[in-house]
Amino acid sequence: MSKATPYFLSCDGKAHRPKKLLNRLLQLTLSLVFIGTTISVQADELEITLPTLDVAEYHAPYVAAWLADERGKRVVDIAVWYDTDMANNEGEKWLKDLRMWWRRSGRSASMPIDGVSGATRRPGKSVIALDEHFSNVPAGDYFVWVEAARELGGRETLKVPLSLPVTQSVKTRAEGQHELSSITLHMEPAK
Amino acid sequence: MKKTLLIGVTALALALASPFSQAHRVWLKPSTTSVSGDSEWITFDVAVANGIFHPDHFAYPAERLSVVSPSGEPVDIQNQQKLRYRSVFDVELTESGTYKVFNASQSLVAFWKDEDGERHFWPGRGKTGTVEEFYEAVPQDANELNVMQTANRLETYVTLGAPTADNNTLTGQGLELKALTHPNDAYTGEPIDFQFFMSGDEAQGTKVIVVKDGEKYRDTTSDVEVIADEQGKISLQFDEPGMYWLEAEYEDDKAKAPAKKRRASYVLVFEVLPL
Repeated sequence: MSKATPYFLSCDGKAHRPKKLLNRLLQLTLSLVFIGTTISVQADELEITLPTLDVAEYHAPYVAAWLADERGKRVVDIAVWYDTDMANNEGEKWLKDLRMWWRRSGRSASMPIDGVSGATRRPGKSVIALDEHFSNVPAGDYFVWVEAARELGGRETLKVPLSLPVTQSVKTRAEGQHELSSITLHMEPAK
Repeated sequence: MKKTLLIGVTALALALASPFSQAHRVWLKPSTTSVSGDSEWITFDVAVANGIFHPDHFAYPAERLSVVSPSGEPVDIQNQQKLRYRSVFDVELTESGTYKVFNASQSLVAFWKDEDGERHFWPGRGKTGTVEEFYEAVPQDANELNVMQTANRLETYVTLGAPTADNNTLTGQGLELKALTHPNDAYTGEPIDFQFFMSGDEAQGTKVIVVKDGEKYRDTTSDVEVIADEQGKISLQFDEPGMYWLEAEYEDDKAKAPAKKRRASYVLVFEVLPL
């Protein structure tokens, strides 16, 4: 929600006050977005909330999310957010700071990873739709891991358990201490 | 000044030639061991010092080092500079995989006393000596003549992307380490397994000492000392992440004449990462 507003305003491209009609259009669009979000809560998704930090020099953290088996072996990469805009892929220089993910997956991957790589996110809630991510994963007990590492900051990992296939609604949450506010996993039984 | 230099050179010669000179320890330390991206630079310190990793004695000549890329190509060291107590240089990693930086030397060495009781060492000053040179240079009837085959190896490994093992191969010369656990895949709380070979044979009884960085801030030593089993294997495990210095020493009587003993040392710096 909070992300939607600046997006529409910046689309306008100018700093002037939106006209009345535009305003109503905006409200309409926002409510549609709202409905969209409400529906998507019913779907499979991973919600990652990054804390707002009162620090002198803030850099958005690098974040990785992945599914691993009980022994820690990576099964599916879900997301990796890093600085994708730098020249000559220089943003990849700090991927190793996602220490756990780097060992479990990143160091063997060829960047960028299709459907996984993305730009860093600002503080607040981000939602990753888990469409068909786990459809080929054998039945068993797993963990969804989320790791965040911030330049001039710290590093934190969180994990929540997940049994596949999903037979009843899952909503599990883990609270972080410093680099991650929380992660929440919503899963519905496959239709 | 001249005297200091001479002592320095002698110390280096001894440190390089005799693994059993306990006072000075040689180390080749990368700034980091596992990096990401399309390419990356790693900077190295190399020194003969009392401290781990505190340069306080003598700069190891970096030109003695070789670098091998993951695919086995020689790589140049760059920005080399010999400072007072250490040499520094950079290596640019452009290939994905593990690079090896190393020096390996072998020599015949001899110690003896002359008629005046003065000690002599041959071939001296970090040089290597052959059997032919030995018969020319060393008086065969000298007092307390002690002749040894020595081999010294100094190594470290660094990785861009995922670790590879292609350049961790045995040459069959001197004391060597087969990394059962890749040195760039060492983590706290997990076993780190190494196997030692002497001239290609499993080096049973190899004495190993491991010292963690930050030595100067510790009141009591936390060194790990282990002896390799009948297959030359050791298994280490650490709770603390950091840069570790490992020195292995091997000695036996299976030397070729004119040597009576063979002595070898192997030094590795590796990083243990936290998970």
